[in-house]
Amino acid sequence: MALSLAAARVRAAALTLPLVAFIGVTFLAPLGLMLARSVHEPLVADSLPDTLAMLNNWDGVALPSEDVFEVLGRELLSLHQQRSLGGVATRVNRLESGMRSAVVRTARQLRDADPGSWREAMIAAAPIWNEPKAWRAIQRAGERYTLRHFLHALDLERDTAGNVVAQPPDQRIYLSLLGRTLMVSVVITVICLILGYPVAYLIANSPPSRSNLLLLLVLVPFWTSLLVRTTSWIVLLQNQGVINDLLVAVGLTTEEGRIPMIYNMTGTLVAMTQILLPFMVLPLYAVMRTIAPSQMRAAAALGASFPQAFIRVYWPQTLPGIAAGSLLVFILSIGYYITPALVGGRTGQLISNLIAYHMQQSLNWGLAAALGAILLVCVVLLFLLFNRLVGVERMRFT
Amino acid sequence: MTSKTATFSFGDRLARRLHLAFCAAVFVFLIAPMLVVIPLSFNAEPYFTFSEGMLALDADAYSLRWYRSVVEDEEWRLALTNSLFIGLAAAAIATILGVLAALGLASPAMPGRALVTGLLISPMITPIIISAAGMFFFYSNLGLSQTHLSLILAHAALGTPFVVITVTATLAGFDRNLTRAAASLGAGPFAAFRRIQLPLIAPGVIAGALFAFAASFDEVVTVLFLGGLEQRTIPRQMWAGIREQISPEILAVATFLVAFVLVLLGVVEYLRKRGGQSPVGQ
Amino acid sequence: MRRLSHIRLHICTQGFVATLALIGVAGTQAAANESVTVVSWGGSYAEACKKAVLDPFTDETSIEVRLESYNGGLAQIRAQVETGNVHWDVVDLEFADLARGCDEGLFEVIDIDELPPAPDGTPARDDYFEGTYSECGGGGIFYSTVYAYNNESFTGQRPSTIEDFFDLEKFPGRRGMRRTAAANLEFALLADGVSPEEIYAVLNTPEGVRRAFSKLDTIKEHIVWWEAGAQPPQMLADQEVVMSTAYNGRIFNAQVLEQQPFTIVWDGQVLDYGQFAIVAGTPNLEAARSYLLFASRVENMAAIGHYIAYSPTRRSGIDLISTHHETGVEMRPHMPSAPENMGRVVRNNWEWWSDHGEEMNERFSAWLSR
Repeated sequence: MALSLAAARVRAAALTLPLVAFIGVTFLAPLGLMLARSVHEPLVADSLPDTLAMLNNWDGVALPSEDVFEVLGRELLSLHQQRSLGGVATRVNRLESGMRSAVVRTARQLRDADPGSWREAMIAAAPIWNEPKAWRAIQRAGERYTLRHFLHALDLERDTAGNVVAQPPDQRIYLSLLGRTLMVSVVITVICLILGYPVAYLIANSPPSRSNLLLLLVLVPFWTSLLVRTTSWIVLLQNQGVINDLLVAVGLTTEEGRIPMIYNMTGTLVAMTQILLPFMVLPLYAVMRTIAPSQMRAAAALGASFPQAFIRVYWPQTLPGIAAGSLLVFILSIGYYITPALVGGRTGQLISNLIAYHMQQSLNWGLAAALGAILLVCVVLLFLLFNRLVGVERMRFT
Repeated sequence: MTSKTATFSFGDRLARRLHLAFCAAVFVFLIAPMLVVIPLSFNAEPYFTFSEGMLALDADAYSLRWYRSVVEDEEWRLALTNSLFIGLAAAAIATILGVLAALGLASPAMPGRALVTGLLISPMITPIIISAAGMFFFYSNLGLSQTHLSLILAHAALGTPFVVITVTATLAGFDRNLTRAAASLGAGPFAAFRRIQLPLIAPGVIAGALFAFAASFDEVVTVLFLGGLEQRTIPRQMWAGIREQISPEILAVATFLVAFVLVLLGVVEYLRKRGGQSPVGQ
Repeated sequence: MRRLSHIRLHICTQGFVATLALIGVAGTQAAANESVTVVSWGGSYAEACKKAVLDPFTDETSIEVRLESYNGGLAQIRAQVETGNVHWDVVDLEFADLARGCDEGLFEVIDIDELPPAPDGTPARDDYFEGTYSECGGGGIFYSTVYAYNNESFTGQRPSTIEDFFDLEKFPGRRGMRRTAAANLEFALLADGVSPEEIYAVLNTPEGVRRAFSKLDTIKEHIVWWEAGAQPPQMLADQEVVMSTAYNGRIFNAQVLEQQPFTIVWDGQVLDYGQFAIVAGTPNLEAARSYLLFASRVENMAAIGHYIAYSPTRRSGIDLISTHHETGVEMRPHMPSAPENMGRVVRNNWEWWSDHGEEMNERFSAWLSR
């Protein structure tokens, strides 16, 4: 018996193994490697080893000596010749604005003339070399392992003495964006609950033929392409869109007074609510259909009014559905990308959109990874909560 | 609030009316945006609003020109081919691996079930932008970015949770004594699976495969990160269209996709009826 | 047991990755018959390039050209070069980006003396207008960022100066602008009373940059941002905006090909030029080089001007400007450099943008998100 149990265990594990391996290789490994970029950034350390070694002994205050200038100058030159200066310049520039052009210009000018004094030649090419902050930037960009992306993602930085301090007010954007994302997610979750609860109730308490039809009204949008639904909202909400045309036609607003309902936060909220509403309705419905109507009738027979019966008998039993739907909608909201990107305009962007910006535009992959890690921690915590309260095996898609 | 609750007298009628009106409004909110797109896709003009001719039901105001230009456009055709190819291949991988894993997970002997389940459905809960970014670096390092293969593998990974969850749900209602009976009659494990288990869970498997396909068919973010010109899919084309030059062609494609969903749901409904019991725990 | 499955998992993983890599290699080899991917700015400009340069190139060399579009900037190119996945072979760039990318090693160096000479034998070095070639570039056109409006949006007075673009009282309504700092800062300072010659001297000071942004602040809430060059004509046609900055050629094409009732306001135009460049590390270097040399022939550079109102950056090309290929419209008056369009002109200072572009775009993003 013990043997056959062991065999059954091996067999069960072996059946899951291919998928575990597949997910491990094609999903978890990429995810882990990407998140590692938030703390591991070896490019500058590998590109300027001699300069960084010499800067180890630098006091951080006075200007480095001529031989440090020379070593850096030679390393920049050789990077320029290998045509791999760009990556170094970009990374140093993130720590000190203006360093990109300083580095590139220096390399270009050193190439064109053999310098008598490296120090003078470099300062002539880019005066910033005369300032210790340029060298500090090189030194810090050369840290192979760093927490600065996480600090940055939390609107913090290290000052010249190495203390963690808040960023200057005009550069703080990430915490407020994270806050905005959480806020938007709460708002959407609450609206979905308010809209979804009565609908789920109606579907669950209709005769089967009618409830199937009503369910279809939820399932069709649920399974319809996100891009289709987003397009629909653009068609409806844009300045020259259907709703504004209607408002002008019935005289509720004038041609000039068309209401901006899209490419702003309103657009994001409306479109995301519609897109996520089925995720609320379906789990609520799944729970409500298991509640026998006879319970409410019994409550009524015992003299309870409808509100009383509802609050005392019905509502408590739907709490698992409320938890499931709310957590699902919330988890999906905080990671939402496509809809805000397409209809959010300037003010309707969420944290995912900023991650995409740092992935694709600023190429600050370390910062993107740090922001991603923070977002992922939020999602995983919520999911653990979901799993504890609801259980994954109770999720459904039809 | 159907007739069964009619025993509640206090304001019941009014409350029920309000409730129905509220639900009707929500259904309109859910469905109307998609319904608006359909007539506009037949607009003869390159605009997104109803022309006066359309409102007057003038036949000349309607045309199939956007459908024609989609059908004749090589990019859209390539996109359709890509979407189908990537979707089918990804769904095939996801289904095979997902069914095997679900069989394992449904076994009472499965060690560490909670952890394994968590790992297997992680692609579904991870925000897509993070997954796509990770895959971008991963497939770039392998020299596989901008290949169909990378997209198939990516979509397969994203689709497996749907298969695992639907098939596990079906298996939950499965009577294990049937397999044991088959074994006692001399059937090997494979034969027992093929003859006994598979027919019973088939509706769940097909539903899972459909969902995996639909998930791939609607996925745009990994395509943005991993795909090039040759890998453009329908959602990717729509994305470009929405961002850059929104033309009623998109509405024609959108109408096509809505029709596709209706067919998909029809198939699922048919399977459910045929399977007698719910494939997905309904 | 645990250990065993661990080892097995490991072997599986390794074998899997190796297989993946093999399939990948096989895939790339199969696709390696001669072709080159050219990335340009999409819409009617890409269409013009295709007819004027890409198709004739394929006819002559039988190298296939795949045309892709982007909205400018170096980000995508950097990402490809840094991850070692170069899929773009040739890119059509704004000159500031070209110069910066060339310094950073993102593009292959091309000796100017390799470029084909003018028909009369003048070497390319002397045939290009002063400062319009880079050591990584080939081909080249002048284009201009202007603003335009839809005549139907105005019943009475119409805008005619760059000041009008910023004048919400005289001309209320939403305006389209490109979602980037370049050109917008120039427009803002012009409208704020800075003369074209002093623009970059002013921008060189922190106060000057602040001044530009605070001028933009005055219309910020009324701006609709565009990214692709194809968007402004669309936004004007739909009357989503009453006026929009745009590339002059796009507006021209909407005027002549689609008969859109648009008017270009040339006052305050920002005149710029761009070139093609080869992305460093492309696997199709030979095909890319032959494309670049083909695109640098004067007649091919001028041919673009037969389809869209952009003029070649080589002196010998100016005489080749004639009429629009499909409609027969005389092209000369529609070119940015036509004397009647050259009233108040800012000549884009690519060196300034090359040095400060990154910083300005960061500030611009921060400004946008506030």
